[in-house]
Amino acid sequence: MANKINVKVLRQPDPHSGSHWETFGVPYEDGMNVTTILQRIAANPVTADHQPTTPVAYDASCLEEVCGACTMVINGTVRQACSALVDQLMEDSPNVIEVRPMTKFAVVRDLVVDRRPMFEALKRVKAWVRVDGYHDLGPGRRVLASEQEAAYPLSRCMTCGCCVEACPQFHDKSPFIGPAAISQAMFFNAHPTGRVDESDRLEVLSGFGGIADCGNSQNCVKVCPKDIPLTDSIAQAGRDTTIHKIKQWFGR
Amino acid sequence: MAEQHVVVVGGGLAGLAATMRLAEAGIHVYLISMVPVKRSHSVCAQGGINSVSQLTRQQGDSEWKHFDDTVYGGDFLQHQPPVKEMCDWAPRVIDLLDRLGVPFNRTPEGFRDQRRFGGTLYKRTAFAGATTGQQLIYALDEQVRRWETEGLVQKFEYWEFLGPIVDANGQCRGVVAQDMFAMTIRSFAADAVILATGGCGLVYGRSTMSMICTGGAVGRAFRAGVKYANGEFIQVHPTAIPGTDKLRLMSESARGEGGRVWVPRKPQDDRDPNSIPEAERFYFLEERYPTYGNLVPRDIATREIFDVCVNLGLSVEKDRLCAYLDLTHLSDDTHRKLEGILEIYEKFQGVDPRTVPMKVFPAVHYSMGGLWVDYERNDDTGGLVIGSTRNHQSNVPGLFVIGEADYQFHGANRLGANSLLSCIFTGLIVAPTVKNRLASLEHGTAGDQNVSLYDGAVKTNQARCDALISNEGDENPYTLHQELGEVMTRSATVVRDNKDLEAALAKIGELDDRYTRVRMSDKGDWTNQNLSFTRALGDMLCIARVIVKGALLRDECRGAHYKPEFQIPPPDADEPGELRKQAESWCEAFKKKNDKWLKTTIAEHTSDGPVISYEAVDTSLIPPRPRTYGLKGAEIIEEVWREMGTGGGVRAKKESAK
Ligand SMILES: Cc1cc2nc3c(=O)[nH]c(=O)nc-3n(C[C@H](O)[C@H](O)[C@H](O)COP(=O)(O)OP(=O)(O)OC[C@H]3O[C@@H](n4cnc5c(N)ncnc54)[C@H](O)[C@@H]3O)c2cc1C
Ligand code: SF4
Ligand code: SF4
Ligand code: FES
Repeated sequence: MANKINVKVLRQPDPHSGSHWETFGVPYEDGMNVTTILQRIAANPVTADHQPTTPVAYDASCLEEVCGACTMVINGTVRQACSALVDQLMEDSPNVIEVRPMTKFAVVRDLVVDRRPMFEALKRVKAWVRVDGYHDLGPGRRVLASEQEAAYPLSRCMTCGCCVEACPQFHDKSPFIGPAAISQAMFFNAHPTGRVDESDRLEVLSGFGGIADCGNSQNCVKVCPKDIPLTDSIAQAGRDTTIHKIKQWFGR
Repeated sequence: MAEQHVVVVGGGLAGLAATMRLAEAGIHVYLISMVPVKRSHSVCAQGGINSVSQLTRQQGDSEWKHFDDTVYGGDFLQHQPPVKEMCDWAPRVIDLLDRLGVPFNRTPEGFRDQRRFGGTLYKRTAFAGATTGQQLIYALDEQVRRWETEGLVQKFEYWEFLGPIVDANGQCRGVVAQDMFAMTIRSFAADAVILATGGCGLVYGRSTMSMICTGGAVGRAFRAGVKYANGEFIQVHPTAIPGTDKLRLMSESARGEGGRVWVPRKPQDDRDPNSIPEAERFYFLEERYPTYGNLVPRDIATREIFDVCVNLGLSVEKDRLCAYLDLTHLSDDTHRKLEGILEIYEKFQGVDPRTVPMKVFPAVHYSMGGLWVDYERNDDTGGLVIGSTRNHQSNVPGLFVIGEADYQFHGANRLGANSLLSCIFTGLIVAPTVKNRLASLEHGTAGDQNVSLYDGAVKTNQARCDALISNEGDENPYTLHQELGEVMTRSATVVRDNKDLEAALAKIGELDDRYTRVRMSDKGDWTNQNLSFTRALGDMLCIARVIVKGALLRDECRGAHYKPEFQIPPPDADEPGELRKQAESWCEAFKKKNDKWLKTTIAEHTSDGPVISYEAVDTSLIPPRPRTYGLKGAEIIEEVWREMGTGGGVRAKKESAK
């Protein structure tokens, strides 16, 4: 094992400047992941050709692939940096690890991007259960184990952005709401009380930037780190919006 | 009157629960968080959340027993009224979460499933797979998003809290915060400020906590005059995966679902663990604690693992201390319930824990201590007066603290799955408190204050920030942090010793000194993460001192704070008469120890470092008793203690509530 890892990082000092590559030689450590590499660069921001530079800005928090903060494009694949283990990366690409920010969001600095559009999309599909209030009204509706097992995978979406990064229909010139929000809409429509806002959600998904924009390329489902069955949600949304429209035609 | 605002700093479970409840009451909230709130550390919680349920009730459980387990687990260091109130609320808290759409695991008939956690004999823990914290925080995040669309909540994500604004009357009037992208500093005027900024694991370098858990916010409040309580009580979780960047937790739920901890009886037996016969395995927790087995409370499990690996030399590996946490005998269904953590192990260790026992070792996990807050006791119920403006208020009026950042619920040791509960509970009950404060302000509202109060606070913070950026020196903040982590882990974790603690204080002094020569590698004014980290390092040094000084002064063993030098030697005589005599003097010594040390440690900031004092603990509901957890050989202690009529007994009676 080489004792220094060659790491290429696409850098951009701020939203208005252009980007450029910078290469670092980072000493290898056992069990190292890409967030550790970025930590080491922060502690010693010197490029491979010994030029002092600024630390690489990046987002990370949980370091166990559950908060969704550290999404970036590593060796061409969008994924979480904290679970991108160097040993595994080196198997496919022994000479260099290439790290760049996601391309579907505005870059704030270096690897930090602005994912607010994803959170805004959650507002549009009313991704919540509209309860009467927070006083004590007893438990929720009873839920069968099979229903819980269907809901739980969808509820693990950490708004990380992998799916929209991989989606050819999601970009700055498209109004497409994206697979994560579609899936969340289906999650809440399936909930016994979340259902009260079903028709509002379907209205949004039937409209501009809604389900019709999905080209069904299935890229999203392949990159989701939580294995969320996005294409199932999309198919469901397709059926439900069709029924929704028919109901509207008949004035219901 | 101008519209009143509340600032909530921190959007973990505690901050979100408070925010949604305030918004429901029609109160405008500015929610400030360093990370998008959905990415707060609470997402990491795995195992579950405790409450009595219909089912456990029929097995003999009650709110009172939950309360009793919590204070017994905490070695009686908590004020009892808030804990009682929390346990009474717990079933309602879970019901609410259920209504909000948390996908709790279900029984075949559709009821919420529950698992057993440490320090109790009941299956009291509701869970959503092994990602309960994530599921809970998402439900609250969604509610807050709804209030955002209704205009009652305004989020400031990627904003860092720099300090409270305190006026000449000592009232908190808002906060100063910095935009972590544009680096601009501004004030937020508010009639109440709620800090919900979580724990401080990064003081130890590596822990099970998220990278943002620096304790920076708490350190800033402390330096602004808020008292810090029970700092020395840091929970070291028994089972985490050793890692170079983080010590990833393997939740107690693994043992709750039947996981067993063992080491080979032969030191560093290098056979495939699955091929080691039962008789050659040392299930030390089960052998030593037949009643609780693998589910003794965390401080005890941690010390036992440490003892077996370090003192008995039975670590599985020679160069890396670890024990086996074995789930290989569990069914596929059970494995599925633990999916979230099994994935983590598999992903980061490259080994399938369904077929190969995991290797784990204790890791710093939780801070029982935190900012000091008040409460008002309800003499009729023994719990709290809900809505009292004293609840969760710090010694700075108008500044409230909730969640892991406060100190109130877990005493000397937290029981598993009680923290998610305390976080959400405190978020829910602080809302009526704050509402009442808004209606009873003294010296006018925040809007009535002179603008110079706010301008001055911004200027002071800007100057500090500029000074840090322009500081010239030869010290690297990351190196200092690493050294701090090493000394803290060595001296202030599982086993503590006064000489080590003194050396640690000296080392922190040295680090403080070097910190004045810290040099930032980024001097820019756009998304300067170096600045944020370096500033937090200053706060970590400050909190480290509080922890170490508290630990040094406390000459006893209590919960997570274990100093062998001051341990009362357990009775060990073979001859029954002699054994009984030993037990009697043990109990005498125990009583004396409680008279002296059953006190809350209070730290106050001065320019010469923290000054420590002590405060009496309200143990009016359940008298303290020896904490043995049915340790083999300790029966005699319980027997003698009962006979001494000290009121404790094995389990206190409900009648003593008044
Ligand atoms: C791995 C792990 C597993 C756990 N599992 C369980 C479990 O199963 N059951 C259980 O009961 N407990 C568990 N715990 C404990 C529990 O998760 C935490 O105690 C709890 O989530 C803390 O919540 P909180 O709301 O107080 O703070 P956090 O969730 O830590 O949130 C803190 C918030 O404050 C913000 N913040 C911090 N500093 C600043 C600043 N300077 N400026 C602005 N914002 C700031 C952050 O952005 C964040 O939004 C676990 C803990 C760990 C580490
Ligand atoms: S299936 Fe639809 S949402 Fe998924 S990547 Fe393709 S176009 Fe995007
Ligand atoms: S659906 Fe999957 S990939 Fe998309 S944001 Fe959620 S977790 Fe990430
Ligand atoms: S740091 Fe949380 S997902 Fe990587």
